[in-house]
Amino acid sequence: MQKRHFIDRAIKWLFFGAAATSVLVLLGIFGMLLFNGVKAFAHISLAEFFFTSNWNPSAYGEPSYGILAMLASTFLVTLGAMLLAVPLGVGAATYLAQVATEKTRLILKPVIELLAAIPSVVVGFIGIVMVGPFIARVFGLSNGLTALNGAILLAVMSLPTIITVAEDAIRSVPNSFKEASYSLGANQWTTLIKVVLPAAYSGIIAAIILGMGRAIGETMTVLMATGNALAMPRGFFDPVRTMTATIAIELGEVPYGTTHYYSLFAVGALLFLISLVVNLLAENLAGRYRYKL
Amino acid sequence: MRQNSLQQRLGLNTLRFFVLLVLLFLGIILWEVFSKGSGVINSGFLFDYPRKGMTLGGIFPTIMGTIFVTLVTTIFAIPMGIATAIYLSEYANDNTVNRLIRASIRNLAGVPSIIYGLFGVAVFVQGMGLGSSVLSSGLTLGLLTLPYIITTTEEALKNVPHSYREGALALGATKWEAIWTNVLPSAVSGIVTGSILGLSRAAGETAPILFTGVAFYLRYLPASVSDSFMAMPYHLYILSTQHHAIEEVRPLAYGTALVLLSLVFVLNIIAFIIRYRYRNFNKARI
Repeated sequence: MQKRHFIDRAIKWLFFGAAATSVLVLLGIFGMLLFNGVKAFAHISLAEFFFTSNWNPSAYGEPSYGILAMLASTFLVTLGAMLLAVPLGVGAATYLAQVATEKTRLILKPVIELLAAIPSVVVGFIGIVMVGPFIARVFGLSNGLTALNGAILLAVMSLPTIITVAEDAIRSVPNSFKEASYSLGANQWTTLIKVVLPAAYSGIIAAIILGMGRAIGETMTVLMATGNALAMPRGFFDPVRTMTATIAIELGEVPYGTTHYYSLFAVGALLFLISLVVNLLAENLAGRYRYKL
Repeated sequence: MRQNSLQQRLGLNTLRFFVLLVLLFLGIILWEVFSKGSGVINSGFLFDYPRKGMTLGGIFPTIMGTIFVTLVTTIFAIPMGIATAIYLSEYANDNTVNRLIRASIRNLAGVPSIIYGLFGVAVFVQGMGLGSSVLSSGLTLGLLTLPYIITTTEEALKNVPHSYREGALALGATKWEAIWTNVLPSAVSGIVTGSILGLSRAAGETAPILFTGVAFYLRYLPASVSDSFMAMPYHLYILSTQHHAIEEVRPLAYGTALVLLSLVFVLNIIAFIIRYRYRNFNKARI
């Protein structure tokens, strides 16, 4: 009797330990980024880091550490991805949640999940061998590895996230909302646009923000498919180098413990904070669409 | 009225078109990789080492490396993930500490994979002195997949009817005995599904292993967890961007992409089948 209850309690504490590890890991990631990232600012001024666009840490004599160009690159590629993925994703989610039959939905959902399962390195490869050359041909560029290429690929990668979360939000709109609209003589389309989508508004925004988070944090695809040019991008036809790609390119060859090494952790810390804000924002919004009826 | 129904037809067809477009993206990617990669696949490609500066030969060590590192990830992440999920689903009440745990897990799921790579370098490779190794990479990938395994396992546990627990408790079982004999057996297919999907994700990741253990080229398979390794995703990255004769090795890159994609898809399809049969089983039971 005693032993059984002892085991029960021991297991509870053991499993609590496993669960608490997640908190430690999150704090550990943040602490590690901050601890290493802050050391970079012993030699770099905050103003240089955030407000200049010249990143050349290995320059002989006068290294420079401005992240503005890569911040703009990340922003540009993400913006392009969202311009493509938001109408497509929300449209597809609306179809799946409200128009498709149950049978169609059961077939399409796993297929869309399959899109999410494609490794990012394979998407990047497709960008190199297919989408990039296609862009080069259509727009008459010498090289298709541009911000546009990255935006298209990231759009495809963030679609499953946007569709899944938005569909959930759109489906959770109570039937009584629709019935009220139908009873006033509105047809299905008017009901969708004027009643269902506005009711699911905050959930849809949460879906878009989560998709955006995926695009901002994606590394291999942009590393392979956007040309990695370290300059302020002027538009979608320029090659760009994002924050994630910069870490991926430089961490492998930088000597341990140098300002350059620490500066990459500072970039990582900024990226981590962005992803944290994105998550908290999405969570806050997603909590709002659950109607209590 | 007439205009309204025209609008409706136009609108609904636009939505249909969007869904088709999404499916088309998937189709194009699969077609590109399968049509151009299948010509390269033969037993030599699967079971030989790369030769002549990786312009000839196969990808055997990259397949073995990916399997080896995913195995380490499994050993670490699955028990850890299941234990956390059991705690959250069965033991945890709604207090500040447990809310903090849940919030941490949700946020970990959104952390970019390259950040896990940075963490792996600072903590496993340098901090704990594990070096550039299978173990460092496996643990880094384990942390990355942990939130996913926890979430899916918790979902599976939540789907087990309350009466299952109550029946055991009424017979005098302790909480753990009720979980072990009544809850886990009913949730096992959901747990397996989630774990397989989590591992398929880990197997395809590149950014977290980039600096924690993967190697450009090795002449031997890793003999222990403290050796570095070759991996399929990294090999594809090398062949398509870093190789000295990129055009010449393009067929090999397609072949690598095909094998990697097949591995991931087979895992996903297995998970799907388990989930599908489990759903029918559950319907029959209730």
